[in-house]
Amino acid sequence: MDFIPQSIQSWYFGLTPDGKMVLWSLVKIAIVIGVVQGIVMYSVLAERKISAWIQDRVGPNRTAPPFVKFIPVLGPFLTRLGIFQPLADGLKFLIKEDFTPAGVKKIYFFLAPALAVIPAMLTVAVIPFGSMIGDQKMVIADLNVGILYTFGIVSMGVYGIVLAGYAANSKYPMFGGIRSSAQMISYEISMGMSIIPVLLIVGKLNLSQIIGWQAANGWLVVYAPVSFIIFMVASFAETNRTPFDLPEAETELVGGYHTEYGSMKFALFFLAEYSNMVSSSAMMVTLFFGGWTLPFWGLDHAATSVGMGIAHVLVFLAKMLFFMVVFIWVRWMFPRFRYDQLMDLGWRRFLPLALVNILATAVWLWLKSAN
Amino acid sequence: MEQINNLISGGAVTDLLFYVFAALTLLCGLLVIANPFSRNPVTSAMFLVLTIISMSGLFLLLHAFFLAAVQILVYAGAVIVLFIFVIMLLDLKEEQRRRIRFFGLFAGLLSVGIVFSIFIKCLSSAKLATEAPANAHDGETYALGKLLFTNYTLPFEIVSVLLLVAMIGVILLSKKKLE
Repeated sequence: MDFIPQSIQSWYFGLTPDGKMVLWSLVKIAIVIGVVQGIVMYSVLAERKISAWIQDRVGPNRTAPPFVKFIPVLGPFLTRLGIFQPLADGLKFLIKEDFTPAGVKKIYFFLAPALAVIPAMLTVAVIPFGSMIGDQKMVIADLNVGILYTFGIVSMGVYGIVLAGYAANSKYPMFGGIRSSAQMISYEISMGMSIIPVLLIVGKLNLSQIIGWQAANGWLVVYAPVSFIIFMVASFAETNRTPFDLPEAETELVGGYHTEYGSMKFALFFLAEYSNMVSSSAMMVTLFFGGWTLPFWGLDHAATSVGMGIAHVLVFLAKMLFFMVVFIWVRWMFPRFRYDQLMDLGWRRFLPLALVNILATAVWLWLKSAN
Repeated sequence: MEQINNLISGGAVTDLLFYVFAALTLLCGLLVIANPFSRNPVTSAMFLVLTIISMSGLFLLLHAFFLAAVQILVYAGAVIVLFIFVIMLLDLKEEQRRRIRFFGLFAGLLSVGIVFSIFIKCLSSAKLATEAPANAHDGETYALGKLLFTNYTLPFEIVSVLLLVAMIGVILLSKKKLE
């Protein structure tokens, strides 16, 4: 601590507990948002590379700043991997003309991209991405109703899409918006129902406590596999990813709800979609795959040293990136559902299945407690 | 969690937040029904969303995290999305041209007056606790569930039956149209 000036140290130790909490929360928010943005940037690259491999192409392999070619071996290798592609993409979005089509409803047209991004960013607030580093819990807000918070915020994400469709004053975005609102409702109900068995088994709504239970008793995917399957399929629908990307089905609706958007406003929708993927993956890891714990190498209890704390964060990131790859992989392997098939699946297959699953879990827990 | 509870337990910031959320709730609620700038139903629905979010802010300040989350999840996340879904399928121009009718205005004011007088009566007869109960907010979801299924089982079941009746009614009405 010697490298920190005396004045800052005395200021920090003079803070009230509330002040310290606010300070650390701001630090954590900054880091988490930064990391999520980084993951988003490079998952776009991963999407392009993985799709290229699946379709027997090469993918982005040219973009590089001019000085890179002078680095022997490493330079061409990084260029072939496409490491610099996201930077070029981001720059392109920033310097393109920000075009507003005639006849749009201005306020909603500007508001919609923001309303899409904000919920996507807010969801990660309650997800425990590690145990402890020093005396800080590795979660921004350790809410007792963490799961409900996430569901509430995720359900707000639909407004961005619906308003984008409504504001654009054009037929195809309108269809995209309408489809999106119907789709979100259908799948949110199945999604909410699917995690009730998890809550029945654990008996807590706090995500940290759910992870604690899993560290003691094993991953919940073993106890509630049906829940996991419904949750995963529903999260594909919630993030508008193939096979449920009906709101932006490009073969039918040009670009769906973001047809009329360009430049940075379009980039915000893109950002929201990938941030939603990040938070869905994080939720799947937290609810069903033990969060930051691993059953071996003593990684299953809260860290006592900084090294272990960092190891937990890395374990969490690794599990999350696995699900990101699954999201991308599914997109390029499966065809899109038809709209009536999507509704049928949501209401007439998954909802009854989730209800039966709740009943079965309740009966199982009842029999277990009776013994 | 304790840190968050401490942060919103009393103090000037909590009071300030209460006034901010209360003002937002009232203002947005007013703009839902009487917006001088726009007669657009979508705008009204969006202000309804804002009203609900600020109301859940008020719940948060009372440490009712469960109620706040459910408020957003059910009303802002599902009910109003359905409203907007229906609004987008309607012809909005006709709705924007519609004039305010005096009978509607009168009935509305009357019902507001009745609800307001009930509020006044309830609030004046209520005994306000001088101190917040200690640690009442640990495991509030559990406590709420337990109360609902022990002390208040009958009202809870009656409300459920009411919802069921509404559901069956909707199915019946929409079936008849098809035939």
